[in-house]
Amino acid sequence: MAVNSVPSPSTGRRPVSWGTPLTYALALAVAAVSIAPVIYVVIGGFRTTRQIVANPAGLPDPFVFDNYVRVLTQSNFWRQAFNSAVISLGTTLAVVVLGLAAAFVLARYSFRGREGLYTFFTLGLLFPAGAAILPLYLMLRDLSLINSYYAVILPQVAFSLPLTIVILRPFLSAIPRELEDAAAIDGASRLGFLWRIAMPLSRPALVTVGVLAFVASWNSFLLPLLVLSDVNLHTLPLGVQNFSSQYSTDTAGVLAFTSLAMLPALLFFTLAEKQIVGGLQGAVKG
Amino acid sequence: MTSANQIRMPAGGASASPAGPDGAGRASARRAETRRKWYEIIGLTTPAVVIYVMFVLVPMGFAVYYSLFRWRGVGPPTEFVGLRNYTLAFQDPIFLDALRNNAIIVFGSLLIQGPIALGIALLLNRRFRGRAVFRLLVFVPYVLAEVTVGIMWKLLLTGNGTVDALLRSLGMGGLVHAWLADLDLVIWTLLAVLTWKYVGFAIILLLAGLSNVPDELTEAAAIDGASWWQIQRHVTIPLLGPTIRIWMFLSMIGSLQIFDMIWVTSVPAVRSLGASATMATYMVDNGFFARLWGYGNAVAVILFVISFVAALLFQRFLLRRDIQGAITGRAK
Repeated sequence: MAVNSVPSPSTGRRPVSWGTPLTYALALAVAAVSIAPVIYVVIGGFRTTRQIVANPAGLPDPFVFDNYVRVLTQSNFWRQAFNSAVISLGTTLAVVVLGLAAAFVLARYSFRGREGLYTFFTLGLLFPAGAAILPLYLMLRDLSLINSYYAVILPQVAFSLPLTIVILRPFLSAIPRELEDAAAIDGASRLGFLWRIAMPLSRPALVTVGVLAFVASWNSFLLPLLVLSDVNLHTLPLGVQNFSSQYSTDTAGVLAFTSLAMLPALLFFTLAEKQIVGGLQGAVKG
Repeated sequence: MTSANQIRMPAGGASASPAGPDGAGRASARRAETRRKWYEIIGLTTPAVVIYVMFVLVPMGFAVYYSLFRWRGVGPPTEFVGLRNYTLAFQDPIFLDALRNNAIIVFGSLLIQGPIALGIALLLNRRFRGRAVFRLLVFVPYVLAEVTVGIMWKLLLTGNGTVDALLRSLGMGGLVHAWLADLDLVIWTLLAVLTWKYVGFAIILLLAGLSNVPDELTEAAAIDGASWWQIQRHVTIPLLGPTIRIWMFLSMIGSLQIFDMIWVTSVPAVRSLGASATMATYMVDNGFFARLWGYGNAVAVILFVISFVAALLFQRFLLRRDIQGAITGRAK
């Protein structure tokens, strides 16, 4: 296979060209495998269960909107979306604030034990959240936090902190000393420097860790499964699972509920794709 | 290293602190400044340290303690049994099945997702119109919640469901299987679904790594007459080493803990026979739902030790140079 275009020395930048047909064929095949099941679920929501049973792989004939309407009006969908939003936003906010404060100290203050403290946090990368779930449940029970938003938020914040600090610290370290000196001459304290200069400058990194924490929290299942037995506090992943086992004969309804539950994550990802990829890029570089 | 990030007084004493002209005043001002610095250090780090210690480190400590008891979770544990819960676990064929399944998922993910992801990432790293859209579509499975994806595939793979209907309509009726009910097949079905879900993650990482490969290198190779494939083989892929190792690490840790997808996709009866159990589902089934808290915590400790040792070995032998300063501290 030939290189599509040799760069012309004068421009130095390759023009975006049309790829070869083979490139498109492969890319299309990959994309189809990735999203065909998702499209099937969304379209399946527009059929009746009877249609689906008669021909599982068919198209809607006729289109019915009843499933989506039913899920949106009669189920706990909105309640669960609200709970998911509260928990994810709470987690994200706390992770970003606490992570930034700790990473700022680890990046810009020099004191004895600094590297020790950093290693102490990075150790958390080796503590899988899944393994700690049973003792975590027992502890939250003893603290009377079961069936509260905190039961999900606090552990999620704790387990997100190590990665957050690992990503934020290099960003904060990279801010030139001169900026800090200039701020000091203008009368800013170190905290003023954090608030007025370091925070705005590290906004891309903050968005990245925020997006990562939000997505992880929005999709989380095991922790809410154990600590949120109260149906009114259920999040969307719990809702999807409950709906699918409660109405297992209503295949079309389950498909509709599942596609509606996918929608927020897809929208969010489309908007934040650059940050997610950019953030992982930073993490890969170290 | 330390001095580079050090907080110093600006040169020339033009600081905001009210230092007097005489030496004694300056010294006391410096002491006040040092004290203030420590207040800030403690004030800014304490919330993170407290939450981290309380919800990450302390629970694992308690798990070790609880695992030494036979305990139904009511009142304080009293019936000390030593290491019996651990020996019981390793004598339970279901747990050994779970271990085997975790091993299948760890190695299956690495061996199947790695080459696929590398191929797709190299493809999507080529410059062509519409590339951004293709990238977005390929990431879709990774973004969706494991639970949602699990329910979706459960519906698709159910007996006489969509996948079977599709196979029949394509004249491949002979391939129809009891995907999720066949005890010998179910773990491979789940591995396939996991591959579909997580290959996008490997692709994101690899594309991020590819964007760090300087254009000058590939362009120089192109000018020297190297074909596209030669450039990938001899320039690009070798430079991806660190990214590939980090992906392997994350994939391995994730595979050892895998829970959500297995839990919602596989039928409980199949899981309880061990055919589709993993360490995490086994732990939750026994510890939380069967209320064998002491036993469940022992399984938690086993899961933790296996993940921890695997992570440390990986760090020690493969990752050392890739994550600067993280975990090993001195890697540079």
